[in-house]
Amino acid sequence: MTHTEMVAALKSRFGASVLGTVEFRGEQTVNVTLASIHEVMAFAKGELGFDYLVDISSLDHLGEEPRFEMVYELYGYGHGRHLRIKCKVSEDESVPTVSDLWLTADWHEREAYDMMGIDFAGHPDLRRILMWEGYPFFPLRKDFPLEGRPSDMPDVAFTGVAPLEGGPFVTSAGGADTVAREPRARRV
Amino acid sequence: MVSEIEPIHAAYDSKIEGNVIFTKLDSAINWMRKNSLWPMPMGLACCAIELMATGASRFDISRFGMEVMRFSPRQSDVMIVAGTVTYKMALAVKRIWDQMPEPKWCIAMGACASSGGMYRSYAVLQGIDQLIPVDVYISGCPPRPEALLEGLMRLQRKIETETSFVDQKKELLASLED
Repeated sequence: MTHTEMVAALKSRFGASVLGTVEFRGEQTVNVTLASIHEVMAFAKGELGFDYLVDISSLDHLGEEPRFEMVYELYGYGHGRHLRIKCKVSEDESVPTVSDLWLTADWHEREAYDMMGIDFAGHPDLRRILMWEGYPFFPLRKDFPLEGRPSDMPDVAFTGVAPLEGGPFVTSAGGADTVAREPRARRV
Repeated sequence: MVSEIEPIHAAYDSKIEGNVIFTKLDSAINWMRKNSLWPMPMGLACCAIELMATGASRFDISRFGMEVMRFSPRQSDVMIVAGTVTYKMALAVKRIWDQMPEPKWCIAMGACASSGGMYRSYAVLQGIDQLIPVDVYISGCPPRPEALLEGLMRLQRKIETETSFVDQKKELLASLED
């Protein structure tokens, strides 16, 4: 089955639940509804042979509704093809877990929960994975400052605001020379 | 049967003449402590690679009696915090520091452990001195093994000046006066 046939199979199987498909330089992306995401993923694994979940990431479209977007990167060792499946999630919705399909989704979803605050329904162990349990913020949200916010849990942990001193240090792509391109504090 | 063991002369024994040194107890304690510092290698990032190089043959940390890297905090004297301390890891670093027996010292190796370094971020503790007392800060990103050895030698000089026995004596005398 070719790449486009796989996408066509998804479309014919799920009909209106497939909101759109994008092909860019041979990469296939399928946008689906949140309600159908678990069925789509099960179909992709069972029928289309995507036996490897490469990554789960999430986006924060601050100011839009729905606010968040889940991105699943799939790969099939049998046929060697990639597939990207996306679905949008609003702040008060929870995403059905896919850790029952791919065990690796367990930690990926914990990371998405820790950094973005997205809830995963049916997850076996939804705890924070990078920050500690009880940390009150979700650091990768757009409305969270890079330098952090002060937090305090007596006898457990604390965070302070990191001094940026005109930072963050960022590179400027396309600068005239290496001096202009190298990482510097750009905020004046 | 008569014993062949010679009688012991408590007052003077010519056999040990020249092998006896008179010194202050504090100096002797400090001398022993500073020449057998067992490091706790708290390697958290790239500084740990330089720490390993320091322990290898080219730089030879055993010249100073510090080659015995202990991965058990119960057996270590000096914690070398080598690398970026994230808030998540900071809890473990603090716990291991608390498990180390006194007397203990701490070296903040490199920019990250000293001040957060280039990681001005919500995730990184801005200097390990916010959690545990630091004796020596070593600059560099990462510091060369020579710099770490220099820091350890500075720590040795600091240990030389300690007056733990004199302090205990003063405390004892003060408690007797009460």
